[in-house]
Amino acid sequence: MQGRSKEVESRATPAESITPPTEGSNGASVRKVWQHRHLLDLDTLSMDELELLLKTAETMQGVLQRDVKKVPTLRGRVIITLFYEASTRTRMGFEMAGKLLSADVINITVGSSSVVKGETLLDTILTLQASTADVIVIRHGDSGAPYMAARVLTHTSVVNAGDGAHAHPTQGLLDLFTVQKQLGSLTGRKIVLVGDIAYSRVARSDLWGFTRMGAQVVLCAPPTLLPWDLLNGRTECQGHPFSSVEIEPDLRKAARDADVVMALRLQQERQQAERIPSLREYARYWQVNEEVLSLAKPNALVMHPGPMNEGVEISSSVAHGAQSVVEQQVSNGLAVRMAVLYLLGAPREQ
Amino acid sequence: MTTPSSLLIRNGRVIDPSQGLDQRADVLLEDGKVAWVAVSSEKRLATDAQVIDAGGFVVCPGFVDLHCHLREPGFEDKETIASGTLAAARGGFTTVCAMPNTNPAVDSAAIVRWVAQKAQVEGYVRVLPIGCVTKGRNGKELTEMGELAEAGVIGFSDDGSPVADVNLMRTALLYSSFTGLPIIQHCEEPSLARGGMMHEGWVASRLGLKGQPSQAEEVMASRDVGLVQLTHGRLHLAHVSTAGTTAIVRWAKGSGLAVTAEVTPHHLALTDEWVLGMQDKNAVYAPLSLMAYDTNAKVNPPLRTARDIEALVAALKDGTLDAIATDHAPHAATDKECTFNEAAFGISGLETAFGLVMRLVHAGQLPLGLVIEKMTAGPAKVLGEKGRGLGSLKAGAMADVAILDPNAEWVVDRKALASKGKNTPLDGVRLKGSVVATVVGGRVAYMARTLKLTPAGRGAR
Repeated sequence: MQGRSKEVESRATPAESITPPTEGSNGASVRKVWQHRHLLDLDTLSMDELELLLKTAETMQGVLQRDVKKVPTLRGRVIITLFYEASTRTRMGFEMAGKLLSADVINITVGSSSVVKGETLLDTILTLQASTADVIVIRHGDSGAPYMAARVLTHTSVVNAGDGAHAHPTQGLLDLFTVQKQLGSLTGRKIVLVGDIAYSRVARSDLWGFTRMGAQVVLCAPPTLLPWDLLNGRTECQGHPFSSVEIEPDLRKAARDADVVMALRLQQERQQAERIPSLREYARYWQVNEEVLSLAKPNALVMHPGPMNEGVEISSSVAHGAQSVVEQQVSNGLAVRMAVLYLLGAPREQ
Repeated sequence: MTTPSSLLIRNGRVIDPSQGLDQRADVLLEDGKVAWVAVSSEKRLATDAQVIDAGGFVVCPGFVDLHCHLREPGFEDKETIASGTLAAARGGFTTVCAMPNTNPAVDSAAIVRWVAQKAQVEGYVRVLPIGCVTKGRNGKELTEMGELAEAGVIGFSDDGSPVADVNLMRTALLYSSFTGLPIIQHCEEPSLARGGMMHEGWVASRLGLKGQPSQAEEVMASRDVGLVQLTHGRLHLAHVSTAGTTAIVRWAKGSGLAVTAEVTPHHLALTDEWVLGMQDKNAVYAPLSLMAYDTNAKVNPPLRTARDIEALVAALKDGTLDAIATDHAPHAATDKECTFNEAAFGISGLETAFGLVMRLVHAGQLPLGLVIEKMTAGPAKVLGEKGRGLGSLKAGAMADVAILDPNAEWVVDRKALASKGKNTPLDGVRLKGSVVATVVGGRVAYMARTLKLTPAGRGAR
């Protein structure tokens, strides 16, 4: 293992070359902008920090296009992914991102760990820290679980890979990254989120990210799936972060002149079934299909965080059509997760 | 500590709402009863009498808590009768009513007697047991209410859960009426509240937590008031938390129905924003801190909003709410050191109750005398016959006294709580108003180091 990674290192580009080009291209200035030990949600990130992350992701994408995709940046660092919920792309994305940065990555899935013997989340987290993890990537079905982990960990970074209905910050970042790459600036873009918004962690993180970057967000869903309480007070409260967010339950009105139409997964596993009369009626009024897309701007992007229920929230033809960037979202996810691990996991110079 | 045949508490500002008293006076306790309250102690004292100089302090009847969880038998890792009643004494309470959701539940006369006897031996304050409405709290079959009453319960409750079945609640209200004791209802319509971890509002949505709407409480409160109309039974609503419920209770009382109600200190002073782990409210939409998802602020009914607090305060003032009761719900550390969804509901509240309610007094929202009334004469009145001699300093009443320093500032330290339940969202919070001594039946159950007992010989005339 040692010998092999040395070999890779000798062929790879030096670590400095993947530093994003901010303020004179050296690691120290990046550290000045980036002060966070954890990534729990996008609400804590300023516009500058979001831009730094997106620039770093851009650099990582450059690395991914090389012949040898592996760089030694996180050599000697230990990353543990701890997943209490099923996941393909997020868990694999973090594992691959860590490995391409030369970290040692250990994956723990709940079915095969001490959790089945009744170990509490708290004890699991402390055990992982005691075993010298530098970064713990955690997904949990309960909102707030990564906050609890971050509270008790004294020297390990926590990355939230999705907690309950609360947040999914790397999904939010890859959505920002995808739109920015396709359309350039995010400022003033009309982004329409369609579907199960009230109980969606993706929608929450997207809301923080897109609004902070100056985009105009419109939320569209059946009234039972709209986050009325989240937006409560946005008209009365000065400086409410979601003051520019609009609600429009009619998809044909919401989609008009949109730059991006993003369909969200109807989470059948999260007891949303009782909130709509049938999938058939849902698809009739809220499915993103060609008719809906024809109302948007001519080259509007179609997005979906996956996994898709084709024929429910999105039609197959649109999901795989010319305007769809669903696959780019997945590949951008890798660059974004590399950027996150790089900013959190690289050794800190004092 | 000591059991003098008589104890004189001198020079305090005596506030006793049961007789409209608020003046500097002396209180003599003799043989477990109040002997007299007098402006100057010209009367003769027994030679072995002891004296507490309460100059600068408020002297009032010991607090009566209509609602607490002592957890014994069955959950001794959370609390015991001994630790819970010591916490009560520290909080100025001289009588506590113990909820029956123990294991086994208090659903038979034998268990009532077991609790009462254990409290007699180990308790620091008086314990009045509450019996279950249904066997094993199963919500299906009524308990033997006559026998429970004979064994000494002060009311019936399945607290922790509501009596959800409408027809069963009707039967319970009607059947229990021959005992004269109230049904104490925890109002929570299960199908509306299901899965709700906190108040349904912007904080819950912000945190991605399922909420329970205020209407889950209000729907059942109005249903039960309707059933009182139907049965002429006696209903006491536990831990009223919403503006809507206060309106329902006000209407019920205005209609002459036998409905009483209580409110907790935490519902009077804290909002759902405490779940954010933020104690200063200047940035409600600020990024979440690591302190978010504070499981110590998870309680049922949940902490509500500033608008609800306003209505609860108004309802205390106009008599709609009869009492302030703690709903002291102690839990072991493991019950709270977990995710918000997994955490148990409940706040350990006996020792912070007075200090927390004093926030409203110092903010000018409630007069001190009213707060004391709602913690003494108010709950005693709810108890009816069972409250005779409690919550009062009239001659012949129980020698139960609290001595308070309304202006003493202190910082809550969860580790210093006498309760085994360290689950308070107030850890590290500065409160103004503390209990300096508690006397139960003429015997000092708790006394701060700032006070001392002296023999009567020298100090007293």
